Amino acid sequence: MSIGLVSLTLLALAAAGYFIGRARAVSVAGGDTRKLHSLAGFYGQSVFLFAAVPSFLVMIAWLLIQPVLIESRVSARLQTTIGPDASMSLVMADVRRLAGAIDRIGSADEVASLTPEALKARLAGQGVAIGGAMTTDQVAAANDYRALQGKGRLGMTVVAIAVALAGMALALGRIRADYRARNVTERFIMVLLIGASLIAVLTTAGIIASLLFETIHFFSLYPAADFFLSTTWSPKFGGGSDLGIWPLLWGTLYVSLIALIVAVPVGLMSAIYLAEYASPRVRTWVKPAIEVLAGIPTIVYGLFALVTVGPLLRDWFAQPLGLGNSSSSVMTAGLVMGIMVIPFVSSLSDDIINAVPQSLRDGSLGLGATPSETIRQVVLPAALPGIVGAVLLAASRAIGETMIVVMGAGAAAKLSMNPFEAMTTVTVKIVSQLTGDTEFASPETLVAFALGLTLFVITLALNIFALWIVRRYREQYE
Amino acid sequence: MTDITASQAAAMPPSTSSLLAPDARVRRRNAAEARFRSYGLAAIVLALMALVWLLFSIFGAGLPAFRQTVIQFPVTLEAGKLDKDGGRDPAALAKVTTVTYAKVLSASLKAAIADKGIQAEGLTDKQITGMFSQEAPAMLRRAVLADPGLIGQTITFDAYAAGRIDGYYKGRVTLESASRDSNVTPEQLHLADALKEAGMLSTPFNPGFLAMPDASDKRPEAAGLGIAVLGSAYMMVVVLVLSLPIGVAASIYLEEFAPKNRLTDLIEVNIANLAAVPSIVYGILGLAIFINMAGLPQSAPIVGGLVLTLMTLPRIIIPTRAALKAVPPSIRDAALGVGASKMQSVLHHVLPLAAPGILTGMIIGLAQALGETAPLLLIGMVAFVRDFPAAPPAGLFDPASALPVQIYNWTQRGDPGFVERASGAIIVLLAFLLVMNAVAIILRRRFERRW
Repeated sequence: MSIGLVSLTLLALAAAGYFIGRARAVSVAGGDTRKLHSLAGFYGQSVFLFAAVPSFLVMIAWLLIQPVLIESRVSARLQTTIGPDASMSLVMADVRRLAGAIDRIGSADEVASLTPEALKARLAGQGVAIGGAMTTDQVAAANDYRALQGKGRLGMTVVAIAVALAGMALALGRIRADYRARNVTERFIMVLLIGASLIAVLTTAGIIASLLFETIHFFSLYPAADFFLSTTWSPKFGGGSDLGIWPLLWGTLYVSLIALIVAVPVGLMSAIYLAEYASPRVRTWVKPAIEVLAGIPTIVYGLFALVTVGPLLRDWFAQPLGLGNSSSSVMTAGLVMGIMVIPFVSSLSDDIINAVPQSLRDGSLGLGATPSETIRQVVLPAALPGIVGAVLLAASRAIGETMIVVMGAGAAAKLSMNPFEAMTTVTVKIVSQLTGDTEFASPETLVAFALGLTLFVITLALNIFALWIVRRYREQYE
Repeated sequence: MTDITASQAAAMPPSTSSLLAPDARVRRRNAAEARFRSYGLAAIVLALMALVWLLFSIFGAGLPAFRQTVIQFPVTLEAGKLDKDGGRDPAALAKVTTVTYAKVLSASLKAAIADKGIQAEGLTDKQITGMFSQEAPAMLRRAVLADPGLIGQTITFDAYAAGRIDGYYKGRVTLESASRDSNVTPEQLHLADALKEAGMLSTPFNPGFLAMPDASDKRPEAAGLGIAVLGSAYMMVVVLVLSLPIGVAASIYLEEFAPKNRLTDLIEVNIANLAAVPSIVYGILGLAIFINMAGLPQSAPIVGGLVLTLMTLPRIIIPTRAALKAVPPSIRDAALGVGASKMQSVLHHVLPLAAPGILTGMIIGLAQALGETAPLLLIGMVAFVRDFPAAPPAGLFDPASALPVQIYNWTQRGDPGFVERASGAIIVLLAFLLVMNAVAIILRRRFERRW
């Protein structure tokens, strides 16, 4: 049975459980529902929950574990037959592809009767390309793989439905007139609510675990000292590559710096104008219009950098000044990213300026200061911690930004001061090392996880620091 | 005392300023005020101009993508060439390749040109064939395979013009650039002009851009968004189905039930930090957990949907909690007062009242997820996909593309026609986002209640 069909069956069973449970509760009470502890519906609901939830959990767990088990069994069987130099993961990829394609060719018997060469030709005719040379062992393994998958699916169906029926029987058996169905149901729902909110914790744990695990793997293949101290980045897929993080970190910081140089004055000044000068009518129109900049997907900014800003900067600034002739440059990416970050600075600063008590302004104005003097000497100093927090949040946003730099900054890792030169960033290299054929054995691929961990730590530290500053400031006035 | 003030007054020169005529210092301060104010105004104008410039450049480059130059001419589908046996046997018909169809098209076009009395001297057969897209024979072949009865008839066929001819009518290609281009000659452009005058060539709206699958590197004119739109829709369904219940459940727990303890603090800190984690980190997570560990297929909408769900969850929980918080405690108290349990008061009263706010937050979260690109690159959604995925749920595991990734994919290709396609795709993406945000705003306006 397919997954969708199993899910539907489970749901149907649980729904049936609801009606049976309800009817049973009513009959236990002899038709007089006042004798029941809870409303009749709660008895039904408890049966529904006991039937549906455990069985779905079993199904999901099964779906997650089954591929790992099958993989290890099939690859253990293949291990003895493939040569020591052949890559296990590539062979397994072929086996998986073959197993998936067998249905399109015909039955397993038909596949077994074909020679590997004929099979490969047939598959190519179906649009399935098999990488390496195919051996009979691989075909056998693919058949095994398929058989195990079929068995697994059958097992899952049987077990999931059995669990649903068992849950239903258990819940039905407990129905008495004095059974506290409402309390049980509500406690059950409460467990589900807690489970849902724990997903956030699980996600963090997943992020940290996956990054740490592969980073440790990377450092077992490549010395950590070289990664953190070397100033050259030149991955070679034959081995012997230099994977120093500094050129990437420099590019990231340089682009972010330019972005902040663009965004902070513009964002801050527009926040000041909107909070202190603008009439309510101007404010209701302009504030959302600036925030539109934050709602535009980054890929749009990327294309803007690639097609419009890059060539413009090259033709009008870089080439006349003799600073370079590449249209992707730190300046391009920084400028466009600056535009993207403006609303992050402006709307947060706006909130913070608005939170400064009016009495401070009134006092200053009453002493004869002009509005701009009040803003510069009273409002801004009072709002400064919050504004610093806003700028730090914008910086963390800029450092983690990917698409603009992928399309606007270039791919060459360099340590240079020239802003019109193409440089690269941490995020660009994560993308370029992990897209395409990913083989998780070489340091050239695994370095992406170390880069990801670095990025995660930097942005997390910036965020925590920024939130700490903002919160500290808020406590002053409330 | 009076002596001192008197002597000081005598020492100071008599003030010449008056309240009515500003002195130099007041003028300076007023000028500084005006300057400061104008800086603020300039910053706003700058930000808005950046927005206008961005939209203008995208729309300018992208609007032509919705129109496509076609050459319309009668095509004679000779049975002798396309179906030698004469049996109209589908298997035999399927063996006829696009090369044959290209010859048929080319011959028909030549006949049509001669028929209209257009001078086409100096043009080789290859250049005539080069007038229409390489996709045109494939489209004709598909039409014939779908309806073998067409063979032997003369039909009117709209052949996509080649990318460069198309570009000529969209201002991308000029006669001057054509003389330097190996893909097109000025003679071909002259012929195109003559065809246009004869009414055979036009540039109408192109529904294929929205419906067709991606096309190979050499055929920007045939590349469409069909699979990308479908893939994005699948992913949004996954995100909606998973993140709505989970996000609402988590928000209800944290806002209504969670006791003040370590665990609650841990969850709250986690959600706040997850909202700020760079999206590419979620891509790494998806690659490591869903693809490498759980063995889900690459480029599948289910994986993209799961990654985007994890990314969107914290961004949904925050507005959902705000919506729940906005429901006044009197509602809860009234429900409890008439004997409802805490759970009943929340599920029966608070949640329905908070629903418009929750939906608004949900739609905005979905809109963010729709435009997200970076994590999808890492889980292999950049692959070139030509086959439409099947219907869900099985189709969720088929390879597909997604709108933003398709845009990225097109920008990485050589032919300048793809820049136009990418910009056009952005217009489609922005249109979706605009609709979603408009729905969110209308929902908020319609159902928002002030307590």
